[in-house]
Amino acid sequence: MADDATRRAFLIGATSLAGGLITVLPVTDARATPETMQAAIKKVIGSAALRKGKVTLHLPPLVENGNSVAMDVAVDSPMTANNHVRAIHVFNEKNPQSNVVSIRLGPPAGQAKIATRVRLADSQRIMAIAEMNDGTFWSDEVDVIVTIAACLEDPV
Amino acid sequence: MARALINVPAKAKKGEIITIKTLISHEMETGYRHDNVGKAIPRNIITQFVCTYNGLEVFRAELFPAIAANPFITFQTVATASGKIEFKWTGDNDFAQTESVNITVE
Repeated sequence: MADDATRRAFLIGATSLAGGLITVLPVTDARATPETMQAAIKKVIGSAALRKGKVTLHLPPLVENGNSVAMDVAVDSPMTANNHVRAIHVFNEKNPQSNVVSIRLGPPAGQAKIATRVRLADSQRIMAIAEMNDGTFWSDEVDVIVTIAACLEDPV
Repeated sequence: MARALINVPAKAKKGEIITIKTLISHEMETGYRHDNVGKAIPRNIITQFVCTYNGLEVFRAELFPAIAANPFITFQTVATASGKIEFKWTGDNDFAQTESVNITVE
């Protein structure tokens, strides 16, 4: 059964490439690139300047399995009505899609600190951007090395 | 109904910043994978998570396929008054789930 499936997959993969290159599966190149990440960032910040600081993005530097990676973002802000974080956006360079998560928050949060688990398709740079209520944008970046990638692998 | 786990302190002092942890069981199928005959597996993810505290929205997250299966989200809020904290997840294929917890603020 398993043999049959891989044989079929192999044939589909081989025939889908006109040039006769041999691949096991027809991989559609759906990866984001640093350029698409920049485009996604532009969409959020517009023409505003992006400054480094205030944001602390934390991810393990070496990830064994990209399917679930703990990530936390903290923004240095008093979270008062006059001075708070309006949104936190996280972007990646090499997943199929540049966005990771977009969060809206405000003074009721008390503290701008979030945590979640993400998927990483490759060793890449992750960027977190905080949007303050005064319209300024602050960022932090982290480079992550991933040994087993997520997103693009196929179920067995 | 997907299984959801929510961790909110049962009691808090007024003005205290409390941590809320949520986890919901969901495969978060990215839409970028193929099955063993090369057919694309359609996307099935949770796209939005909203938390309201006594009717006031305190947190909202837009999720993308880059969020791992069984989305786990942790955030903070200020304990203002006793009442209900409500969580709502919505997503592809008309996925919608609401959970709520009660909190006592002294």
